[in-house]
Parts: sequence; C-alpha cells; structure tokens
Amino acid sequence: MTPAQRHRIFALTPFDRLAAHWQTLGIRVSHRCVRGPETGMTMVRGRMGGSGNAFNLGEMTLTRASVALEDGTLGHGWVAGRDKAHAEMIAVIDACARHDNWGRRIDTELAEPLADVLQHEREERSKAAAATRVDFFTMVRGE
Amino acid sequence: MYVAVKGGEKAIANAHRWMADRRRGNRQQEELGTAQVEEQLGLAVDRVMAEASLYDPELAALAFKQASGDLVEAVFLLRAYRTTLPRLAETLPVETSAMHIERRISATFKDVPGGQVLGPTYDYTHRLLDFMLLAEGEVPEPARAEEALEACPQILDSLDAEGLIEQEVDDGAMPYDITRDPPDFPVDRATRLQMLARGDEGYLLALGYSTQRGYGRNHPFAGEIRQGSVEVEIEVEGFDEPLCIGEIMMTECQMINQFAGSRTTAPQFTRGYGLAFGRNERKTMAMALVDRALRAEELGEPIQGPAQQAEFVLAHADSVEASGFVSHLKLPHYVDFQSELELLRRLRRGYVQQHEEAEASSSEASPAGQESLRTAVEEAAQ
Repeated sequence: MTPAQRHRIFALTPFDRLAAHWQTLGIRVSHRCVRGPETGMTMVRGRMGGSGNAFNLGEMTLTRASVALEDGTLGHGWVAGRDKAHAEMIAVIDACARHDNWGRRIDTELAEPLADVLQHEREERSKAAAATRVDFFTMVRGE
Repeated sequence: MYVAVKGGEKAIANAHRWMADRRRGNRQQEELGTAQVEEQLGLAVDRVMAEASLYDPELAALAFKQASGDLVEAVFLLRAYRTTLPRLAETLPVETSAMHIERRISATFKDVPGGQVLGPTYDYTHRLLDFMLLAEGEVPEPARAEEALEACPQILDSLDAEGLIEQEVDDGAMPYDITRDPPDFPVDRATRLQMLARGDEGYLLALGYSTQRGYGRNHPFAGEIRQGSVEVEIEVEGFDEPLCIGEIMMTECQMINQFAGSRTTAPQFTRGYGLAFGRNERKTMAMALVDRALRAEELGEPIQGPAQQAEFVLAHADSVEASGFVSHLKLPHYVDFQSELELLRRLRRGYVQQHEEAEASSSEASPAGQESLRTAVEEAAQ
C-alpha cells in the first residue's frame, strides 16, 4: 500500500474506531509534533457540469499534524473536521508505516481490516439505496 | 457629521441574557443537544453549511442552536467563524461521477444505467402531518436490497457522446476566488457558480421560478439529480499522490436546456449546473436554473428577465450581506434623521410661504408651486 492509500483509509475511519484498532497492534512509540496539530480550512472545488472547469464551491474544516518519531522519521496526517487527536494519530501511524519493520503489519493488521469495514458500511448504505430503486412496469390496457 | 454616542451596555448585556433564557426555553424540557440537531434536523444543518460556505456539520448544528433556529442568523455565525481559520489547502475538483449514491433520479430518461434511485426523500409524500411524530415511537431501519447499487454513470454523458449537448471540458483554468478578491463585474461562470453556491436558497428559488414563468425562459429538464458522499482529495508535500482527507455529503443537479447553435456548431442542448454541500436538492435545482439564465449573454440570448442580469442577481444573493445591510437600519441614525427632519421643515416652510403668496396674488392656477418645491429640494440636496 502507498502512504496515500493508507492515509485515505485512516482519514475515512472514525477516530474512535481507528484508535481502538491501533491499540491492538501494540506498537508503542514516542513522538513529538513538528507541526500542529492545527485546524484550518481547505477550499473545496467542483467542476462546471461535473466535468468542466474548476470553480470554488466553499470551504471545509481540515486539521493537520506532522510528527517525528525518536529516530527522526516523519509522518503526516490531514483529516476533514476539527479532530486534532485524529490528525495526530494518522501522522503517528503514517510515520510508523514508513518503517520497514512495521509497514507490513500496519497494512495487513490495520489498514486492510479497516478498509473492509468501510467497504461493508458503504455496501449497506448502497443496499438501502438499491431498495429505493424504481422498478418500472407497463400496464397493458385492453386486449 | 458623526457624533459618537455611548451607552446601553447594561441594556445590551441584559437583552443578551434574556435571549439566552428564551433560547433555553422552559427548563422542564430537556435541553436540545447539538448532536440531536446534527442527526435529526440535518436538512437545516446542510442549508446552513451551504450558505455559510463552510462544511462542518457539528459547527453548523451549533450555529443553528445558538440562533434559536434562525437559519439566516446561523449562516452569519458560521460565516463569521470561517474568517478565524487559516486556509491550509485547496482540494482537487471533487469527482461527482464517483459519488457513493444515496439518491439519483433523471426526469429525461426512464431507463438509465444504475436506475432511478429515490433515496431518502419527501417526494411522493402526501404532505399530511404525521401525528405519530407527536408521540415517541420506534422507527424501523431502512429496507435493504439483496445487492448494492450498480454503477450510476452521469446521465448527461450519454448525450455528450452523441454530441447532442454542449461538452464541459476542463481547460485547466484556475478559478477566481471571491473570498480572496471581491467580485469585479462582469464575472466569469466560475465566479458566478461560487456566488450562487453560497446564495440564499429562497432568493435563488424565486429567481429560478421566475425563469419558468417566462422571465428569461430556457426550457429546463432535470437531466440528473444525484446526492451522496464524495471523497475529498488535496495535494500536499510528503505524498506523491493526492491525499484523501475524508468524505462530504453533496447534491448535484444537471439541467438540460434548450438549444444553442451557430454557423459553425450544430444545434445542441445547453446546460445549467448546480452543486451544494449536504442534501440541498431544491437549492441545486434553483442554482442550475439561475446558472443557465446567467449564461444568456454568452449564448446570444436577449436579456429580458431579472434572473438573466448577472450583477443584479449575484450582488443580492448573499444572505449575510443582504441581512447585514437591511439590519443596519436598526442602528441609531439619530443625527441622519435630525438632518432630514430639518430639511423637511425648511421645505414645508417654503411651501406654505409660496402658497400664501399665490393665494394673495390670487388668479391663475399654475404648477409653479410644484416647480419651486422641486428647486428647493435640489438646492437643499446640494
């Protein structure tokens, strides 16, 4: 998994769930914050007609954190909303995942299972949407 | 001349204290939590986010609670908060074609890939009050189909492939940002869409409606309306690829409108576009109608209706600006008003004097009195 692929899963996962799963891996590191965590905004862009030129739609809140492990490995976390603990935790996991000895475990024991949960949740929502899909039928009049 | 007047601190403090008491209401009732607002009054939260131009459901719920449910006031609160935050990034344009669909309908084609998906909607209800909601009761879970939805491609793409509709192609132009530089009329479509996206829903709805009633008619069809969650990506240092920071709920409306063509281009359908944070279907439909109306000049149509006049439409769309300027009339204008009073008294003295003179010299009635009144007003104004 690339750092961006992992990051996506951790950003989409609610903080409580991420924290609980991360605990179970038993990776204990100490870190310091080199930037943030701090909350700001990002300008969300849309496209005219869905595919044309970009336009500025409006902003959303965004929190970022950058951390350094004791050996100097850097990690970054950027997450929608204002949850500083979430951004910091993503940054710590990102830094740990850049270590050879932890990267594989983080992919298989954390990122992949969390991705499965997200996928399952999406499917459940999609099934609810599918239940509201219209089945057209034609009335035959007369004979 | 400005005369500084101070006073009212105690009155203001007590007025705000009473306001807080009113907001809390009867203490026998449980206090409304912002989480309840976010969960159970979601459409109000979504409207506040769209018009405040800041996506943050928790803060929008807080603004709604703080404003006692006054949406325009809540929009103002959230808009004010956004000025306290630094801009950390710009997102890549959101890919609405990759939306995780919760609702998707088309009024132009019955059978579309992915189907007509109603989602959670008030459409097709009978608008009868549901007295069950007065009582507490269990609400069943939504029904679930066996299978998830199939892919739901953008419906206009099928017309696009045949060349029947104008193409929307990204030429990489950087959009103007009205939060950085004030709009300078005339403005381009990107600027218009940014202003419409934060525009007051009621105002846009009225303008969109006016085009349907004939003031700048453009024969719209709801080609596609889709609602669902979209992943948001930014580009940052430390990562080679775009970085997903989460997902947001969005509504998109693609209107198909009547034709444009020229000697060099065959006749094609034209497009109007609406996009908004949250579940904001009525807003995006109105936005798409007004977007299309504002393209009149570009498409060589006569400008006949109010909805086609860009500066008029856009300069009055923002509820924060509009309510601010209207509300300022409540502020003390004691000195202004004194000077108007003074002027009026002078004019009336002149009028009476002339009237008396005219009566004294009697004879022919002429508009001279009116004439001299107008002259007196002009003199006073200078």
